[in-house]
Amino acid sequence: MTSLPMATFLQSESFIYVLYIVAFALFIQGLRGLSGPTTAVRGNRIAAVGMAIAVVATLLNPGEGNWGLIALGLAIGVAVGVPAARRVKMTAMPQMVALFNGVGGGAVAIVSWVEFRGLGSTYGSHTVEIGGEVIHTGGVATYVAIFSVFAAIVGSVSFWGSNIAFGKLQEILPGRPISLGSAQQIVNLVLLILAVAAGVDLVAGAHSELLFIGMLIVAALLGNAVVLPIGGADMPVVISLLNAFTGLSAAATGMALNNPALIVAGMIVGASGSILTNLMAKAMNRSIPSIVAGGFGGGGAVEGAEGAGEHGGTVRSIGAADAAIQLAYANRVVVVPGYGMAVAQAQHAVRELTKELESRGVEVSYAIHPVAGRMPGHMNVLLAEADVPYDQLKEMDDANPEFQRTDVSLVIGANDVTNPAAKNTPSSPIYGMPILEVADSRSVIVIKRSMNPGFAGIENELYFDPKTSMLFGDAKSAVSEITAELSAL
Amino acid sequence: MILASVLTTNLAILVLAGFIGFVVVSKVPNTLHTPLMSGTNAIHGIVLLGGLLLFGLADLSAFSKALLVIAVAFGTINIVGGFLVTDRMLDMFKSKPKPKPAEEDSRPDRLPPGGKVADGKAGNTKAGDGEAGS
Repeated sequence: MTSLPMATFLQSESFIYVLYIVAFALFIQGLRGLSGPTTAVRGNRIAAVGMAIAVVATLLNPGEGNWGLIALGLAIGVAVGVPAARRVKMTAMPQMVALFNGVGGGAVAIVSWVEFRGLGSTYGSHTVEIGGEVIHTGGVATYVAIFSVFAAIVGSVSFWGSNIAFGKLQEILPGRPISLGSAQQIVNLVLLILAVAAGVDLVAGAHSELLFIGMLIVAALLGNAVVLPIGGADMPVVISLLNAFTGLSAAATGMALNNPALIVAGMIVGASGSILTNLMAKAMNRSIPSIVAGGFGGGGAVEGAEGAGEHGGTVRSIGAADAAIQLAYANRVVVVPGYGMAVAQAQHAVRELTKELESRGVEVSYAIHPVAGRMPGHMNVLLAEADVPYDQLKEMDDANPEFQRTDVSLVIGANDVTNPAAKNTPSSPIYGMPILEVADSRSVIVIKRSMNPGFAGIENELYFDPKTSMLFGDAKSAVSEITAELSAL
Repeated sequence: MILASVLTTNLAILVLAGFIGFVVVSKVPNTLHTPLMSGTNAIHGIVLLGGLLLFGLADLSAFSKALLVIAVAFGTINIVGGFLVTDRMLDMFKSKPKPKPAEEDSRPDRLPPGGKVADGKAGNTKAGDGEAGS
């Protein structure tokens, strides 16, 4: 093989390195495409081409071996990944993303483990002296061990955390917070210290695979302990955070393996995940530590209950026919979707309704709160699936000034993100959270299953507002009912 | 003379990539945040390369090989699944501007002519039935 000059060139380190550079340039270019819906499809494909190039470059590596096993791994991956991606419903997208994120984290942890099995016996035996010269006394550099161990811990946390998030979203696990109460933070802290201590010991040369496995298990427990206490509505934050974790752990793997494509790709994902995490936390007016520390339900419910007593107002319940009439005579309607729409898979029914309204000359738009649903952008995807033109989807800052000239706000399965208490009641647990100011519109119709408070356990004073009418029922059937009434008018 | 080791070079790449990531991702609108997540998800599947590289190590034990097969499979699921799912999602966004004029055409929905009207009504009744059933 080496006698062929072409093969020698293709397998040369420089050529492979250049391919990696091409690959990460394509990743960045691809992500730039995501800045607008029209260029996004191409952007995603550009990134995919970059990935293909990175894989080919790696396989060119002269040291590469075990081709049969590589083919086996790739085949299993394709056989599982392709049908999963093809079949998943848009409403199940948050779980799918959590699951894909989890396998990524799992891959990182396993790669670090195998790395340790291969090179771990040399951890800690490496010394460097900078006296004009660098002296390696055998073994891998300390920083390689550090990054590898870091990747193992974070990858394991991400794998288990994502799987728990998947379980909650898929409703295999209960969505409500499962926690150890006040002991939770102490347990988390102890687990974190244990994992880090084991990692430090390994880097220092504790040549024990048992310790490494122990560290993976502690990190796994930590992943469980962090995500289990987090309730459904905090999911957008958690998923973004886990996404950032997996990215950073991949970047660490890249540092350990001296692979520029891995470093750049991992770091970009880390940055993206961090940005999203921040945005989501801001949109809930909560700090990331307080979300990770867990449990929103408990304390808030008590305070909220007190607040509710003050209103003691009456709730006006209406039927689909009344709602239809109200909507039919409006000039401007804003639809405010929430997780309830996703649960009921009502997006197509909503689209039917708005089409019917538009055919009557009603101006319809959608106001989307950043944390509506279970992941960033969840509502947008569902409405896009139902063929809603994206220029009708308004972000919170653009939507809020419009409510004043809106005749009817139709709230479908959204609760806390419309609660005026966030603006008016300083004692409310959600005080300060930016909301969609539907209370500014001339009238409000809320479609809701029952009067049960939302995730935060807070009574929504919007429901007691005299201009609000409640239409109780499943989002999908209620919306279809309105459409039917509307076309009968 | 600055001592540029492999470590420092890679650290430079790491830091620069972080900044580029922040700049590029900040420009992604809220509407596309779900595809952004699933797309970046696919990108971190690049850890597949780690698994592939380690397959090149000498004297891997059978257990290490088994682990690597899992790692490669996981990475591939992450990449293939992530990019496909993102593509599916983005396709829905892309096809958006077209339906609008079409739907304006069908505005005289409740006037008699054409099959379109029948379609619309059938859709509505169907939706109604579904609701009755559920």
